[in-house]
Amino acid sequence: MNGTRLLVGPFNRVEGDLEIRLDVEDGQVSAAYVNSPLYRGFERMLLDKDPRDALTLTPRICGICSISQSVAAAAALGDAAGLPAAPQGALVTQLLHAVENVSDHITHFNLFFMPDFTRPVYAPHAWRDEAVERFAALKGSAQHAAIDARAKLMHITGLLAGKWPHTLAIQPGGATKAPTQRDRTRILLSLRAFRKYLETHLFGAPVESVADLGNADALMAWERGDLGFFLRIATDLGLDGLGRGCGRYLSFGAYPGADGPLFARGVWVDGAAEPLDTSAIAEDLSHAWMLGPTAHPTAGETLPDEEMRESAYSWCKAPRLGGEIAETGALARQVVDGHPLALELAQSGGVLARVAGRLLEVARTQIAMERWASALRPEEPFMHHVDLPKSASGAGLVEAARGALGHWLRIEDGRIGAYQIIAPTTWNFSPRDASDQAGPVEQALVGAEVRPGEDSPVAVQHIVRSFDPCMVCTVH
Amino acid sequence: MSLLCAEDPNLLDTFDANGLTFLWHPALSIETGAEVRRLLERCLSGEQRLDILCVEGSIPRGPRGTGRYHMLAGTGRPMLDWVRELAAVAHHVVAVGTCATYGGVTTAGENPSDSVGLQYDGSHAGGVLPEAFRSGSGLPVINVAGCPTHPGWVVETLLMLENGVLDQDQIDPLARPRFYADHLVHHACPKNEYYEYKASAERLSDLGCMMENLGCVGTQAVGDCNIRPWNGEGSCTRAGYPCINCTAPEFEEPHHAFTETPKFAGIPVGLPTDMPKAWFMALASLSKAATPKRIGTNATSDRIRIPPQPKAKKP
Ligand code: SF4
Ligand code: SF4
Repeated sequence: MNGTRLLVGPFNRVEGDLEIRLDVEDGQVSAAYVNSPLYRGFERMLLDKDPRDALTLTPRICGICSISQSVAAAAALGDAAGLPAAPQGALVTQLLHAVENVSDHITHFNLFFMPDFTRPVYAPHAWRDEAVERFAALKGSAQHAAIDARAKLMHITGLLAGKWPHTLAIQPGGATKAPTQRDRTRILLSLRAFRKYLETHLFGAPVESVADLGNADALMAWERGDLGFFLRIATDLGLDGLGRGCGRYLSFGAYPGADGPLFARGVWVDGAAEPLDTSAIAEDLSHAWMLGPTAHPTAGETLPDEEMRESAYSWCKAPRLGGEIAETGALARQVVDGHPLALELAQSGGVLARVAGRLLEVARTQIAMERWASALRPEEPFMHHVDLPKSASGAGLVEAARGALGHWLRIEDGRIGAYQIIAPTTWNFSPRDASDQAGPVEQALVGAEVRPGEDSPVAVQHIVRSFDPCMVCTVH
Repeated sequence: MSLLCAEDPNLLDTFDANGLTFLWHPALSIETGAEVRRLLERCLSGEQRLDILCVEGSIPRGPRGTGRYHMLAGTGRPMLDWVRELAAVAHHVVAVGTCATYGGVTTAGENPSDSVGLQYDGSHAGGVLPEAFRSGSGLPVINVAGCPTHPGWVVETLLMLENGVLDQDQIDPLARPRFYADHLVHHACPKNEYYEYKASAERLSDLGCMMENLGCVGTQAVGDCNIRPWNGEGSCTRAGYPCINCTAPEFEEPHHAFTETPKFAGIPVGLPTDMPKAWFMALASLSKAATPKRIGTNATSDRIRIPPQPKAKKP
């Protein structure tokens, strides 16, 4: 099958709309072009609005990482005001954020990623019947358990944020709901129930024993729970070598906290950690249907190219760090944080590493959530009143489930003068740049197998979904 | 994705128990790419029956009426065309969320993508589909408005359609199911006692009623948000922030900051619509004057400072 072209879309079990064009040679992907086919223009809607309105509008970019957008907007406004949130309010915020991130990880693993192993192409494999029983789309037993556990975990958002998604409880000064001792007791109860799900279904063992996995051998020897089942498949199919990334990882640092973030901020380049220089971020528009020069988000604009010029192929801008692509997400966070298992996983950096990195993070975050909930002090204030300045600028850099999320805003005469957002999937699913450097997923797809007769290659699906894209956030 | 928060039973069991199957769901189904394209073609040709078409998200018409701001991936055709064609063969059409119903947040500001709802453009009838559109069942597009939608609203709408009990009488003038649109957010809001005395919150997180200062329009917004809670026991007002009327057309452009009540000469504009203004003002000043210390104090605090006192025993 020399020199064919495939168009894969609608690409589902990802959040939002995604289309991928593949050049195929000798049964392998030789080049990939990722298109985010939806433009809505949130950054333009925000112009000239009251800065506080960002807290209402930006979460509505996305129905799955809404709290991440709230946290980023509140952080950007707080940065502009130069005032920190009430410490207990910050604690509530990070607990809410963690609940959403963990929920997203669970949703991804059970509903988005695993069902691909139930496909008929895998009929010859010994694990396939079990895959169908556990992960058949909309039916699998593991899916049922995960959906139930997730909905119950989300009760914490009901209590502290009123609802999920799209809360206004997260504010620059803290959180609008001061929980009582009774609320704290309920939250701990929800977390205990979620731990039980993790230990019965996902891990089949204490959460700590996953968080403490020290190297890849120990991981690959893991046999229990859905994690063990995934690893059996991963070994059989060689998922460690599939869809290897660029090896450059970016994290803005997750869950800030008085003593520094829970998961460190930084970049990982050529096998070593480096500090993050945010001034080196720039968005290239050469292959996006956007107009304007390459710019740092504080100087960037969102001007859609109504002509949709031939030389471009996506509404997604191409963010680069010092001119280079970077991969972001749970694996990146764990690598930048220096977790020993993640550091070994980074050496292969493929589908297995991304999925295992995510599950490792679930375990570590569960432990942190329990600690934070215990640390809630109902007698203390949860919110400071923050008056926003008439003119100022601010940045809110946070970690959504899918990776680094940044909001950059400028307030002029008490209104929003500029607002730019770079979402995690903007990094991972970016198109080519002016030097023709392909985006992270575009590169990871090169070499993927295309079996005879496949029009939506299953290897391509594994790779794309291992990144857990959120396409609605990508272009926003 | 709020639908995944459905409980008792969960989403999958609900569908199973009622014989409903997803032909295709973009986040949940196995089929991807070419498999989906073939399914869509079969629906259009009539080979596959399409009982209920659910659409989430508003539909961009831009740039310049082409709809190319949202091409349905893999098909080379705008969502605008797909929705029109699929609606024509569907027995029921349901718009899920305020974007799909009326345009919603996507149309905020200058409405950069020139988006509209399925059968409404804001509060004006006629969107992607004309005002006169009726699906195979004879009903207009059913508008499960809300940003987000309560999972219960979606599940119950689908089940009632399936059971044939959601007819024209069961939807309000903006085509929202009356089972939730006959209620107001104000109903069962835990701040009702503060409202009675016009004991108002001054800042977000204060316990008082948020109508006077913080932009709460719960007295006008339809929704059973405080009658049946969200995610266990939540609601906007329970969490200390105002109802911004997310079930209504054009909620995205209140023409003032969302969390601030616009005032004229110190008096909030936009009082409850079905109440004479003068009467409201007279009542308000009377009840303000009569506010018990407990209520007045708690209203401007983030926690209960003065609890209700048990009646003193007569000696
Ligand atoms: S806060 Fe809003 S919904 Fe609650 S009582 Fe006041 S006006 Fe009604
Ligand atoms: S309380 Fe108001 S803003 Fe909140 S979900 Fe209900 S209708 Fe929407």
